[in-house]
Amino acid sequence: MRVDEAVVGRIFREEFGRSVAALCRAFGDIDVAEDAVQEAFAVALTRWQRDGLPQNPGGWITTTARNRGIDRLRRELRGRELLGEMALLSAAGDDRGVPEEDGPVDDDRLRLIFTCCHPALSQEAQVALTLRLLGGLSTREVASSFLVAEPTMAKRLVRAKRKIKAARIPYRAPADHELPTRLPPVLAVIYLVYNAGLARTAEPSLCDEAIRLARLLVTLMPDEPEVAGLLALLLLAESRRASRIRPDGSLALLAEQDRGGWDRALIDEGRAVVRQCLRRGQLGRYQLQAAISAEHANAATIAETNWPEIVALYDRLLAIAPTPVVALNRAIAIGEVEGPAAALALVDHLGLEGYYPFHATRGDLLQRLGREREAAAAFARAAALAPTDAEREFLERGGRAPSPGSPQRCLKLATGPVKRSRPGRQ
Amino acid sequence: MAQYLLSVHTVEGESSASRTNEQMQEFMRRIGELEAQMRSNDVLVYSGRLAEPDTATVVRVEGGETLTTDGPFAEAKEHLGGFYIINSADLDEALSWASKTSDCVGMPIEVRPFVAAHGA
Repeated sequence: MRVDEAVVGRIFREEFGRSVAALCRAFGDIDVAEDAVQEAFAVALTRWQRDGLPQNPGGWITTTARNRGIDRLRRELRGRELLGEMALLSAAGDDRGVPEEDGPVDDDRLRLIFTCCHPALSQEAQVALTLRLLGGLSTREVASSFLVAEPTMAKRLVRAKRKIKAARIPYRAPADHELPTRLPPVLAVIYLVYNAGLARTAEPSLCDEAIRLARLLVTLMPDEPEVAGLLALLLLAESRRASRIRPDGSLALLAEQDRGGWDRALIDEGRAVVRQCLRRGQLGRYQLQAAISAEHANAATIAETNWPEIVALYDRLLAIAPTPVVALNRAIAIGEVEGPAAALALVDHLGLEGYYPFHATRGDLLQRLGREREAAAAFARAAALAPTDAEREFLERGGRAPSPGSPQRCLKLATGPVKRSRPGRQ
Repeated sequence: MAQYLLSVHTVEGESSASRTNEQMQEFMRRIGELEAQMRSNDVLVYSGRLAEPDTATVVRVEGGETLTTDGPFAEAKEHLGGFYIINSADLDEALSWASKTSDCVGMPIEVRPFVAAHGA
């Protein structure tokens, strides 16, 4: 096999997070680990082109990076001052008497995920660290994915890593009793990465990256039903990603999508995970959203959609996540069962004034009730708030509401409650 | 081991004067329990409660001259009201003490690490 940049790039994507995670534990320092792995790949690019691929490229990278890191530390140990700052990540484990076994590398990646998504870091920082350290994206790639200037992103990453070091955020996977507070931010970060991928096409694809992270987490935490639920939700959303954009760039409603274009393999995989979740019976918000998405996937045409089942799932979701956005989605589904008047009565109470799907939904319901003038006013308000030109033009043409549970909308609507609520930053 | 400052910030005008005597006693009892727990776990380094911010004085030396001004340094509504300095293995441990403290005093607690002593 010819070893070119593309081959090294693929291995880079697969192995970067694993190597960084292993070296973070070995060195107790994220910067040393990150730089060492980066250097090792630079060496690999020339060495592999000359000598061919090693048998175990990932192992080669980790070993080379470890040696580079040790060299660097030897150099730096001469400066005694650096020594004081070296009692970092792994030290926390030692202090607690946690066995520092040279355990499976996967455990290291789990530690790294939980360190990157520690609740003491802002969600922006969590996302940036996760993509940089586990995904191997460059600072420039992370920055452009989130439409942030590269220096701003660089500063964000430096600050986050400095806080991890200075405040001694431990390099440790949480104990079972800590998971209820520690797992949600991890899931929220992966979900946010996926949604960022839907909103903008960037290279490398954030949708692919999010699914890769979700798969990894399922492997690392096979007993967590919400982790499986998140993976199922992403797989089902991904199955429709190609069908959700019209040629003019606006979003295609679920009713208009060519269901033949949906990716059956992804649907089958997603549905299988959902079935497992339902059997387990510990339904959380991601599993319920996945179950709703699976119901849509089950219907060969929009007319065959099992709306009563979708309403029942939204009832359960609303009980867990009582947010206006979930309530809006539920009302839309109720509109399909009980008619537009029942839905409008529910929607009018929600007060989501700044949320364009709220106005688009109202417009659609009013139109179905023959209240044309009010409908036009609602669509105009939706258009004024629409996030893209294509959406705005579509709504201005007298558009239609976001269809209930259309993949993007369903996801987008559900993003709200997942967001961390930080006082004063909403 | 690292040291962390857990600080409580009071908002001007919202003093503890509104508490009844009984509430105050219950409050002191719970704080006492928490501090005993910190001591028995070798966590507590030092703690203190500060007098009202308007009792503060700021001193600065400019051109060899000492200037003294009445009142706190920061012209803010919130001021440091009290603090704990604790020993913890890592941030998670410090955060769990902060959560107990916040539950006790009914106010948010800021957790801030001290710069690690060299060679520590």
